[in-house]
Amino acid sequence: MKEYLQKYVTLRKHNFRVAVKKAKRAKMCYAFLAPYAILFTLFYILPVCSSIFFSFTYYNILESPRFIGLQNYISLILQDDIFLKGVKNTFMIAVITGPLGYIMSFLFAWLINELPRWIRTIAVVVFYAPSIAGNVFVIFSVFFRGDAYGYVNALLIEMGLIDAPILFLTNPAYMLPICMLVILWMSLGMGFLSFVAGLQGVDRSQYEAGCIDGVKNRWQELWFITLPNMKPMLMFGAVMAITQSFGVCDVTMALCGYPSTDYAARTVVTHLFDYGFSRFEMGYASAIATMLFLVMILCNKAIQSLLRRVGT
Amino acid sequence: MSKKRKEAKREKQPRHVILKRRQPNRSRVGDFFVYFFLLLMAVAMVFPLVYAIESALKPLDELFRFPPSIFAQNPTLDNFSDLFVTMGKSWVTFSRYIFNTVFITVVGTFGHLIVASMGAFVLAKYEFPGGQTFFKLVTVALMFSGYVTSIPNYLIINSLGWIDTYWAIIIPAFAMPTGLFLMKQFMEGLPTSLIEAAKIDGANEWRVFSGIVMPNVKPAWLTLIIFAVQNLWNNKAATFIYSEEKKTLVYALQQIQSGGIARTGQSAAVQVIVMAVPICIFILSESQILETMASSGLKD
Repeated sequence: MKEYLQKYVTLRKHNFRVAVKKAKRAKMCYAFLAPYAILFTLFYILPVCSSIFFSFTYYNILESPRFIGLQNYISLILQDDIFLKGVKNTFMIAVITGPLGYIMSFLFAWLINELPRWIRTIAVVVFYAPSIAGNVFVIFSVFFRGDAYGYVNALLIEMGLIDAPILFLTNPAYMLPICMLVILWMSLGMGFLSFVAGLQGVDRSQYEAGCIDGVKNRWQELWFITLPNMKPMLMFGAVMAITQSFGVCDVTMALCGYPSTDYAARTVVTHLFDYGFSRFEMGYASAIATMLFLVMILCNKAIQSLLRRVGT
Repeated sequence: MSKKRKEAKREKQPRHVILKRRQPNRSRVGDFFVYFFLLLMAVAMVFPLVYAIESALKPLDELFRFPPSIFAQNPTLDNFSDLFVTMGKSWVTFSRYIFNTVFITVVGTFGHLIVASMGAFVLAKYEFPGGQTFFKLVTVALMFSGYVTSIPNYLIINSLGWIDTYWAIIIPAFAMPTGLFLMKQFMEGLPTSLIEAAKIDGANEWRVFSGIVMPNVKPAWLTLIIFAVQNLWNNKAATFIYSEEKKTLVYALQQIQSGGIARTGQSAAVQVIVMAVPICIFILSESQILETMASSGLKD
């Protein structure tokens, strides 16, 4: 046992020495990486670490942080009803818009892939534009306005489906579905572009080979040829979709107000903003952020291991 | 003779059928339904955007007409000129908001481009201890959204004394992980022999980077630019910037929109300005962006 340990230690030492030597020779690499690495550490790594640290403290910026153990987490889960509501809403939005948006991105990318080049170019712009158009989604609040002059209400009244206008953006029953609709409208983002590009990289001859080997229709072709070829892009798209769907807050805040009626459109991120930047309870907000972080990472890992099985 | 020819024809036929149709494994009916569905979806996707643009072009009486028409009957640019006239007389002029956003976007994008491509270059083309680990950290950073780090970021920026300055938005934007990720993946496709050849010819690392690598990864540049611009242009920065004269265009848009009915035409006009810039950049550089995204895959 002791021998093993000694051998292990010498091996480690040796490896370390080799690494140091290599590092000395690669000084220029570090010089090139340094600006990015410093900024990345400062604005990504350090914040995550300090967020975990602050989540165990009571901190309001004015006083120095006071260690309170798990108190933040306990009160988040056991006492904060609004947080639980936010979790429920975020979860609903993520579970519905995440996969749907992801599938939509892939489906549209796949379908436009066979169009002639110039139509494809236009189609990519049409589908991608909503996600980069900034806060144009505010226009939906005109469509879904609560009085009889809101277009959707007017249309429904005209058709005789309802006789009084529905308060789409203030009635809790309608808020979430409308937000989801808007989020879906904007969900063809970076993942979609990745899919479009990846599909064009799939080797044509594989399809012909598949045809000779007995692939009968487009769905078999999709499952046996296209998807396995697209695995890296599928992973990237999934990461983008998950990150986006758990971070929903812009749409709900702009459409349903902040705070929204009866907190019906509150999401985890909105709750985070509420505690962080309105009440300045940084410790409590950090606890929310840490939980969100863990959920996002775990969800990403889970989806990735799931996606590895595609097409096999 | 004719029999032989027939047989030969029959033999040829399966191959012939495959090669004749551009796409194997497709049925005409399926194609029709698929493209019909696609067309419907495209109309649905583009409708809000078209509506937004059209309402910016509508004169005031058409804006409030009910039932509304989608297309403006007498399109004017009055709303845009109104915007500059009324906002031009306010305490903070509208052009100032535009300047703020343009400044933040240009400086942030430029810095991000340089910093991220320098990092991506060594990560993609050299092996050194810690490089792979660092790249893994960057891919993990792709997996959570910026909201998670917003609180500590605020504290850090506060301790740096950047609150209420442009730097609070610009400097963190330099370190966006998507940019480095895309750049690195694209640079990996660059032949190593190119770099070696340049080195043999006596170029130092900086020359290799600026003279050989950067001109060859132009598609990745444009991709980086579009994502950075999209991010910075739409950045409200409400948590970092308090003074009115430093607020961004998106923030001003929100204020105009909350101005109510009287400002309907103007808010529609601002909306068009806000959305036009990222979309135009995207349209101009679309093919290059797609070229970059082809190497965007996340390998295990």
